[in-house]
Amino acid sequence: MLRRLFSYMKQYTIYAYLAMFCVMVECVFELVIPLIMADMVDVGVANGDRAYIFEKGELMVFCALLSLLLGMGSAKFSAICGQGMGANLREAEYRKLQSFSFSNIDRFRISSLITRLTSDVTVIQNSVSTGIRPVCRAPVMMVMAVGASFVIDRKLAVIFLVALPALGIMLFGIVSRVRPLYTRMQTAIDLVNRIVQENLTAIRVVKAYVREDYEKAKFEEANGNLQGQSERAFRLSALNMPAMQLVMYSTILAILWFGGGRVGVGDLQVGELTGFLSYVLQVLNSLMMISNVFMMLTRSMASGRRILEVMDESVEITDEGARPVRVERGDIRFEHVYFKYRTNAEEYVLSDINLDIKAGQTVGIIGQTGAAKTTLVSLIPRLYQASRGCVYVDGVPVQDYPLVHLRDAVAMVLQKNTLFSGTVRDNLRWGKEDAAQEEIEEACRIACADEFIGRLENGYDTQLGQGGVNVSGGQKQRLCIARAILKSPKVLILDDSTSAVDTATEARIREGLAQKLPRMTKIIIAQRISSVRHADQIVILDNGRIDQTGTHEELLASNRIYQEIYRSQQEGGLL
Amino acid sequence: MAKYVGYKRPKDTKKALKNLLRYLGFHKWLLLFVAALVTVSSGANIFGTYMIKPVINDYALTGDVPGLIRVLIFMGALYGCGVLATFGYNRLMVHTAQKVVSEIRRDLFDHVQTLPLSYFDAHTHGELMSRFTNDVDTVQEALNGSFAMLIQSFLMLTGTIAMLLVLSPRLSVVVIAFLLLMFLLIRFNGKRSKKYFNRQQAALASINGFVEEMVAGQKVEKVFNHEKQDLEEFCRRNEALRQASTKALTYSGMMVPTNVSLSYVNYAVSACVGGIFALTGLMDLGSLASYLVYVRQSAMPLNQFTQQANFLLSALSGAERIFDLMEEAPEIDEGDVTLKNVRVTEAGGLEECEEETGRFAWKVPKEEGADGGQDACLVPLRGDVRFYDVVFGYVPERKILDGISLFAKPGQKIAFVGSTGAGKTTIINLINRFYEIQSGRIDYDGIDIRRIRKPDLRRSLSMVIQDTHLFTGTIADNIRYGRLDASEEEVLEAAKIANADSFIRRLPDGYRTMLYGDGSNLSQGQRQLLAIARAAVSRPPVLILDEATSSIDTRTERLIEKGMDRLMEDRTVFVIAHRLSTVRNSRAIMVLEKGTIIERGSHEELLEQKGRYYQLYTGQFELE
Repeated sequence: MLRRLFSYMKQYTIYAYLAMFCVMVECVFELVIPLIMADMVDVGVANGDRAYIFEKGELMVFCALLSLLLGMGSAKFSAICGQGMGANLREAEYRKLQSFSFSNIDRFRISSLITRLTSDVTVIQNSVSTGIRPVCRAPVMMVMAVGASFVIDRKLAVIFLVALPALGIMLFGIVSRVRPLYTRMQTAIDLVNRIVQENLTAIRVVKAYVREDYEKAKFEEANGNLQGQSERAFRLSALNMPAMQLVMYSTILAILWFGGGRVGVGDLQVGELTGFLSYVLQVLNSLMMISNVFMMLTRSMASGRRILEVMDESVEITDEGARPVRVERGDIRFEHVYFKYRTNAEEYVLSDINLDIKAGQTVGIIGQTGAAKTTLVSLIPRLYQASRGCVYVDGVPVQDYPLVHLRDAVAMVLQKNTLFSGTVRDNLRWGKEDAAQEEIEEACRIACADEFIGRLENGYDTQLGQGGVNVSGGQKQRLCIARAILKSPKVLILDDSTSAVDTATEARIREGLAQKLPRMTKIIIAQRISSVRHADQIVILDNGRIDQTGTHEELLASNRIYQEIYRSQQEGGLL
Repeated sequence: MAKYVGYKRPKDTKKALKNLLRYLGFHKWLLLFVAALVTVSSGANIFGTYMIKPVINDYALTGDVPGLIRVLIFMGALYGCGVLATFGYNRLMVHTAQKVVSEIRRDLFDHVQTLPLSYFDAHTHGELMSRFTNDVDTVQEALNGSFAMLIQSFLMLTGTIAMLLVLSPRLSVVVIAFLLLMFLLIRFNGKRSKKYFNRQQAALASINGFVEEMVAGQKVEKVFNHEKQDLEEFCRRNEALRQASTKALTYSGMMVPTNVSLSYVNYAVSACVGGIFALTGLMDLGSLASYLVYVRQSAMPLNQFTQQANFLLSALSGAERIFDLMEEAPEIDEGDVTLKNVRVTEAGGLEECEEETGRFAWKVPKEEGADGGQDACLVPLRGDVRFYDVVFGYVPERKILDGISLFAKPGQKIAFVGSTGAGKTTIINLINRFYEIQSGRIDYDGIDIRRIRKPDLRRSLSMVIQDTHLFTGTIADNIRYGRLDASEEEVLEAAKIANADSFIRRLPDGYRTMLYGDGSNLSQGQRQLLAIARAAVSRPPVLILDEATSSIDTRTERLIEKGMDRLMEDRTVFVIAHRLSTVRNSRAIMVLEKGTIIERGSHEELLEQKGRYYQLYTGQFELE
């Protein structure tokens, strides 16, 4: 997993090496400076040579400045490579996200996708930026210190051969045991967060049903669980410190015992013994650092895993097998089409759909909540892929078209539609990037959006808030229709897109579409019969099957469902 | 290791600290104990290092083996105490930190539950969420590690400086000057860093906002082939973030190496000056050697101390935000009228009782000074709601409702019709006191609702709100949310009333199907059916339906109607609906516009008036 994440460093890899280089050389100075110092005291002071003292002093300052330079370099380079890698990762993830088909999008929750794209990447990039230093420093320090102690005294250095593995095993034991505990802790955190999140969104329900105490009890349980889990995890990882001290102190005592005896008989210099002791600290400290890095890594791995989950999601709808063809007319044919959202789902959402729509026709689709009306039309621009059977546009299977061409030709106004922050014009230009003002106005006239845009304070330059919050539902729907018309598509699908528009305006939109864009195939999903009664054919969808198709008159005469809908709306004054 | 930290500082450090200490209050003696253990642990470390010199000089060099054994055993014991103390304080601190943090989290959650809705209107969920996640996290991390580390590094620092002063006061002037310089540099660097971190934060917010909007609108992006343009925009913001965060991390990353190098310079200067001192006889060679060891040691605790102090400060600023939230005023509730189970006595009167009778009454305490033997009287719960000249605005300057008067008698169905923003939802939010009216009065069974205890008031109303919210749990759990002790049959019955039974049965696990993420695996219409079932299972005398069937098709709505009629029997019902078919059989229909009732009457009466309702009904006017 690490290797895969690191592969996103790309053009910044060189900075990673530079940073490592700086850190390692800096370590060398850390060892050289005390040596110079020892030299200065042992030779300069002992001989009373002032010039020598200053010479060595200057050398030390020089080394310090060099190490400052290296240190700054390492900070800069590791920042560049860590943040660069983060940027690459974010971009790659965003690209991947864009390639997702609708079914991929459905599988992830929106909030989780956002976290994966933002805070998870931040965790990774900061671990890299701040982790390079200890990761490179620790092994270098350890090797050098162990090497130096072997040079000083081979026999005494053997102590390290016992101490190092002992601490290593202890730390390894702790880290490997902490890892699953961290995972469990993360689950507990997620649970707590979920409860808080749900309570914030549903606060009105909680208050309306006076369920505060119930929610508190629920939270208390999750909170207690989190306390327990994190206490277990942290308690174990806090063992690091005493373990390290235990080994360090034992080593010091051992060195004093074995070395002390030998100093007594003159086998070992005092300076050598003190030198040795200072290395103990260095060696064990670096081991400690390594284990800290592992701890940190363990926690950031969770973020890494979540990012890679997005990367590994197999995109279901691709341009594979596409031929360079374009939609010319807008005929649509469904042949024995079956569909289900998950391959392992038991029942089909759509079963045996057969439908023939000629270019320029207007087709209405009507049916109950959950009858799969939206699913049916989503198969035409290949937002979802039919599980069995085939959908044809102009007699060519939809999977033969490149997605860009297909979706340019098939415009769909979604039921749950979105406007973006920006001006009215910016939003309309989603349909056509370089649309001229006349084109935009024409589209708005057809969609009956011109009247209210004219009444807005800044007309087409009015700023819409995120999600189009400052226009009403009906106005929003008309803007969305205009946006789709601007694409000048061959097929226009309106998925319950006029539900908030009054019937009179809706009728004018329908007339406008019929007169101005007669050759465009129009598919209209609606709740109201008035929205579809003039269609060339009306499809009655019931539980994922086509119950009957026909004109308004035919269906009113023979179809039970249609009759029921008609009656329910007649009484309600919707007709 | 250098840790990523935002250098946020509390506005009022003292207050935040005091509040945090109040929390720690319950564990104060534990903290003192931790401090003592840290002292023992650092003491063992410092003293142990100090012992090395006499061990070598007095025992090793003289070849005094029994003496060496004795002193080593002593050192071993000392070190052993140190290790045990370290183990002890780490463990205690983990326990204390987790306990305190969990208490903070609990109190925060409990307090959020009491906040008025106006607070939630004014703050985003993300903002509130961040109190629970980011802010609690920083407090936890600070308590987990920083507290002990801060004491330790402080002890080490003062210990080392004291040793330096003892060994050579004159030479120490140089060292202390350098330490001071380093300290100032750290502070300076911290301030600059803060500037860059703020910029990084802004860039991060910009990309987060973009991602949020685009991910939410992803389906539209696909339908419009708009990927390329969005990717360009994303890359632009991504690059801005990369540059800002590279700068920020460069600065914070330089702190440690800068200090290390400075300490080398310090080391070199002290060595030179010390060397001269030694030459002129101001200092002996042995003292110089151990002096230099301490100089070398002094940099680390200083580094650590400032770093931990930074963590602690940013934790305090997190704590400050948490405590600010906890200080937000809760919903006002000064009511003293409560809702009680009652049974009918033989004499025909009402009598309060413990068991569930299905009958309720308001227990109204007598005003003080009133005579009579009883201190409270019982008013049967009927569901009679009256508005007298009610005025309301979310902000006092802007009236949303003006002069609303209406009477809803038990068993009547009252409907509200009008465009978005006319104030329909606001009216019903006043009945259950989600918001407080500015003037006028609302009576419930003849009692001013301000006199009724809020939980009791709300228990007497059942509400299906505009946006359906479901909780993670089974379908049955979600229906049972209306009445926690509802039996399985009652849940089933409620689902049938809402016509939800058939679709629930078709789900893989029926009533035990788990719902996740606000029931995102159900369609909007199905979720509304569940919300209706939830209201059906709780059986108070007043039912409020706010666009409860807006996503349900007319045919299904007809199927529910029968069940709904049963549900509404003998109940006072307030209905808001977009679709006029839903409201036409109401006893009275109120047409609202701009916060006032412009028309009222039955369906037939209103049609005869040929006013706004007539226009709506005949499709001449858009309801938005």
